[in-house]
Amino acid sequence: MVLVFAEATNGKFKKPAQEVVTYGAKTAAALGTDCVVLTLGDVQDAGDLGRFGASKVYNVSAPALAGFDSGVFTAAIAGAAQQLGAKVIVLSHNSTGKNLTGRLAARLDAGSAPGVRAVPVIDGGKFTVRKSVFSGKAFADVEILTDMKVISVVGNSIPVEANGNAVGVDSLSVELPTPKIKVLSTKRAEGITPLPEAELVVSGGRGLKGPENWAVITDLANVLGATTACSRPVSDSDWRPHHEHVGQTGVAIHPNLYIAAGISGAIQHLAGVNSSKTIVVVNKDPEAPFFKSADYGVVGDLFEVLPLLTEAVKKFKGA
Amino acid sequence: MKMLVCVSKTPETTTKIQLTADKSDLDKSGIQYIMNPYDEWYALVRALELKEAGGGSVTILNVGPADNDSVIRKGLAIGADDAIRVNSEDGGSLYIAKQIAAQAAGYDIVFFGKETIDYNGSEVGAMVAELLDVAYVGEASHLEMNGNTATITRDIEGGVEVVEVNTPLAVSAAKGMAEQRIPNMRGIMMAKRKPLSVVEPIDAPATTVIASYELPPEKSAVKLVDPENMDELVRLLHEEAKVI
Repeated sequence: MVLVFAEATNGKFKKPAQEVVTYGAKTAAALGTDCVVLTLGDVQDAGDLGRFGASKVYNVSAPALAGFDSGVFTAAIAGAAQQLGAKVIVLSHNSTGKNLTGRLAARLDAGSAPGVRAVPVIDGGKFTVRKSVFSGKAFADVEILTDMKVISVVGNSIPVEANGNAVGVDSLSVELPTPKIKVLSTKRAEGITPLPEAELVVSGGRGLKGPENWAVITDLANVLGATTACSRPVSDSDWRPHHEHVGQTGVAIHPNLYIAAGISGAIQHLAGVNSSKTIVVVNKDPEAPFFKSADYGVVGDLFEVLPLLTEAVKKFKGA
Repeated sequence: MKMLVCVSKTPETTTKIQLTADKSDLDKSGIQYIMNPYDEWYALVRALELKEAGGGSVTILNVGPADNDSVIRKGLAIGADDAIRVNSEDGGSLYIAKQIAAQAAGYDIVFFGKETIDYNGSEVGAMVAELLDVAYVGEASHLEMNGNTATITRDIEGGVEVVEVNTPLAVSAAKGMAEQRIPNMRGIMMAKRKPLSVVEPIDAPATTVIASYELPPEKSAVKLVDPENMDELVRLLHEEAKVI
């Protein structure tokens, strides 16, 4: 059995949860087994996750699950996996998943593959799954040698498939430890898709010349419904907040469309963005190395090009 | 406060990755190695700042062969008091975590970088926390101590969460935790005399193995679009790339 941990945000399941359930269902199909989903705490419409291929949804609710403590969540997921006899655990490679994958692997003495981008290949007794390494500069095919396996899936790496129907939700009772972590506050930017989950990203570099010029980036992002990002020198100079920094030492992203303006394309920047499906580069220097990694290039002054592109997108959306 | 900072050796950030002919490993010729930036810039420096403010000790821990001593000495030059190297080749994340956990008892805080820039796993810190049965906070961008209570800000998707936790604890450091420090000549000289103890690994089976590597496909040549004709770019993104 494949057990998927589907995480809710403010009680609701969004695209990242649908992605991991789709991934779990595909993995279960390859293994010839069932995919079930585990949800934790107070959640809404959990049975709806059946639409993405789960045959059953379970829920564990307890006061200890009110705030995020990786030790308590690990006990809940591992306990559920053991009760249900699951051999593969699938979760998101997001901030929650990064706190859990290692703990689960250690608790269950399981082999783990964190940050995978494709469904496992099952060949005879071998279970191999591809993950990106060297910040996107290469892929590694990781063979998991243990009977119990833990896999975390990178956001926006497999398309959501809704071929099934809503299913029932059963509650499950698992013994939980007392939390060691007290959550004081949780703040999320409302209405903006976080960078690691974003399908469309517009990013600015030093070519913007200063934070006061960012409207050309945000205007384009707004008409596209895109998330904004920046290069390292920009966040180092505090022109933009550090959570917008994409690259090897910032956030690694994999959107469908990455538009980079005024970014030369140093290898450390490329490492964080080169798994984007389509890259558009706007730069006035035709020799900028980024053009070599781009699908579409515009050689021109970004202060002229971006407003024209914004108008063109507006016209396209209005049509 | 007794602090342990776990550091890894990784290829330098500008390394162009190439594979051996059978794709079973990296072509390691010519690769320059550094201390993993998250371990050095954020985890180690924050531990040193806490020691400077409140006293205690900072020990560096690395699991690796004797080649890694240069990276460990750099950590000592930046200001750590002493170091431990578990004399072992890489045996995968859980193997490494078990080696660390075998050394980590008795520390108030065990620091990690949020990930290594080679395998990008973000899992060893969480594994060690589970093995030691202590609290774990991943991707922390701020950490303040008040007695034995830590107030930690951790990065979450599109925001931050602030938590409070008592020692002992394990934490992985992200950007924002501290500022990079460059070792000075005095630090480099002193590092040579600081204790670096070498211990043998404990038995632990490998749970994963990398069967092969693959490089990303080469990009085809860029298609240039006239800067005056952004309608054409929008058309290409819609009809050809199908991304808008």
